[in-house]
Amino acid sequence: MVVVISSIDRDLLDGALGPAAAFCMRLLVRFAEAVGATRLEDAESAHIDGCLYHGKVSLDFVERLVSLGGRVRIPTTLNVGSVDLIHPDLFRGDDDLRTAGTRLMRAHEDLGCLPTFTCAPYQALARPRRGAQIAWAESNAIVFANSVLGARTNRYGDFIDLCCAITGRLPWYGLHLAENRRATVLVAIDDLPDEWRAPGLACVAVGHVIGRRCGDRIPVVTGLPQDSSEDDLKALGAVAASSGGVALFHAVGLTPEAETLDDALQGGRPDEVIHLGADDLRDTIRRLSTVPDGTPISAVSLGTPHFSLQEFERLLPLVEESCPVIDLYVNTSRAVLSHLVDRGWQERLEAAGVTLVIDTCTYVTAVIRDLSGAVMTNSGKWAYYAPGNLGVEVAFGSLEDCVASARAGKVVRP
Amino acid sequence: MTATARPADAITLVPGEAEGPVLVLSEPLSFWGGFDAATGLIIDRWHPQHGASLAGQVLVMDAGRGSSSGSSVLAEALRRGTGPAAIVLATRDAIVTVGAMVAVELYGIACPVVLAGPADWRRVAGAICLAVRAAPAGATLHIA
Repeated sequence: MVVVISSIDRDLLDGALGPAAAFCMRLLVRFAEAVGATRLEDAESAHIDGCLYHGKVSLDFVERLVSLGGRVRIPTTLNVGSVDLIHPDLFRGDDDLRTAGTRLMRAHEDLGCLPTFTCAPYQALARPRRGAQIAWAESNAIVFANSVLGARTNRYGDFIDLCCAITGRLPWYGLHLAENRRATVLVAIDDLPDEWRAPGLACVAVGHVIGRRCGDRIPVVTGLPQDSSEDDLKALGAVAASSGGVALFHAVGLTPEAETLDDALQGGRPDEVIHLGADDLRDTIRRLSTVPDGTPISAVSLGTPHFSLQEFERLLPLVEESCPVIDLYVNTSRAVLSHLVDRGWQERLEAAGVTLVIDTCTYVTAVIRDLSGAVMTNSGKWAYYAPGNLGVEVAFGSLEDCVASARAGKVVRP
Repeated sequence: MTATARPADAITLVPGEAEGPVLVLSEPLSFWGGFDAATGLIIDRWHPQHGASLAGQVLVMDAGRGSSSGSSVLAEALRRGTGPAAIVLATRDAIVTVGAMVAVELYGIACPVVLAGPADWRRVAGAICLAVRAAPAGATLHIA
């Protein structure tokens, strides 16, 4: 596969824009060859997940770029790191990891990346317009940008996300092209459980099924509650990108490329039709918990992906009703934190027993103080990863279930 | 190594030269979560080759799988000397390609990655040892 090199690409390769850009361009061209891209195009923004420490190679790569005088050429946001730099005392891992993880986060700032440290940059900081060509990493951010915003990115990750940011270029293949965004699997929700009054649980259940059944194919969903919020679609995409490799889903009437079913299918026919009924959805939600109701819990974790201001608005009256008897963690971003401070909500949340975790997330780093019991969450993504990452038992429930359980010290569903 | 069969042509994804005993993966492996860069062992409990060592092997695999963080894990293993000697793929895989590219760029450790053709796949996957010679213009696999 030959990648056509433009004059700007040639300048980048030859070092006209500095040695760091030349280094990144070499990697990017070879990556483009490996994925079968025919050329490179301009990227409008980048989102980098390399600021989470995976080993010395993470640091060596970024510090090499810093030593070469590298600077990002496009607006670039950062995903979560290993440490909450706002509350460093929350970190409970070993000191070497704390030091290396902090250094890695700072090195990305030295390259001109914005110190956002959030997996939900789309909430306020960087909302790409529909049709924007972007180079994003972090599976939930990718699926949100593609599906909910109609921006266009492939599943970029390690090293290559930063190469796109430093060169301002991206490989032209996959989901950057309109014709590759056609849905090939139809997921039809025939009926929803009557007892689910809010759309949250339905979105998590559908997301989980999509991931398992569709892999990296593109689904179009019909029959989702039409009052599903952006936060519900965030949760749907996040779990679909955990249980499978989903980078884009369409939801008829809810997402921009699916005003109608025919739009999402681009006039074609689906290769497969999956029907889901109330029992399938109930069963999926039930199986997200590894422990039965009534099990003692030692913590509740909310905000995977990072909690939005709207979610805090729902949480605040629930926790102020009566304080939790166990630790209740909420992961969120610096940007949302500053809104909480402005509104006086930070003090109220903390007074009500909430621990705010900024810049990182409880499933990727050692923050949770007490792991002696099960942990409850309202995140399908957290429920998917935490048993493996942290070795804990997990209970899944709605936001209301989680707060009630935090108050009871055991899994309850009011 | 004495070549006992005619060499197979392949496409170079990452250049380099290496040889070693062949380990054919019977199922795709996610390096992130499925492989331990500290020990070089497959740690995915559901993988049929759980416990096998990739260190110094010519890894023959149909396709990659899993999180893009696999690139970091592969590069970290190559840095530590616990990674494979070379990787032979049947389908292009960006995660493996990027991991091997970064190891050669940062540490000068070459783990060639090549794409073998369907006509040669059976012979390649049946080899006991492979010598991989991957130049930018094209690669050959010497089979024993």
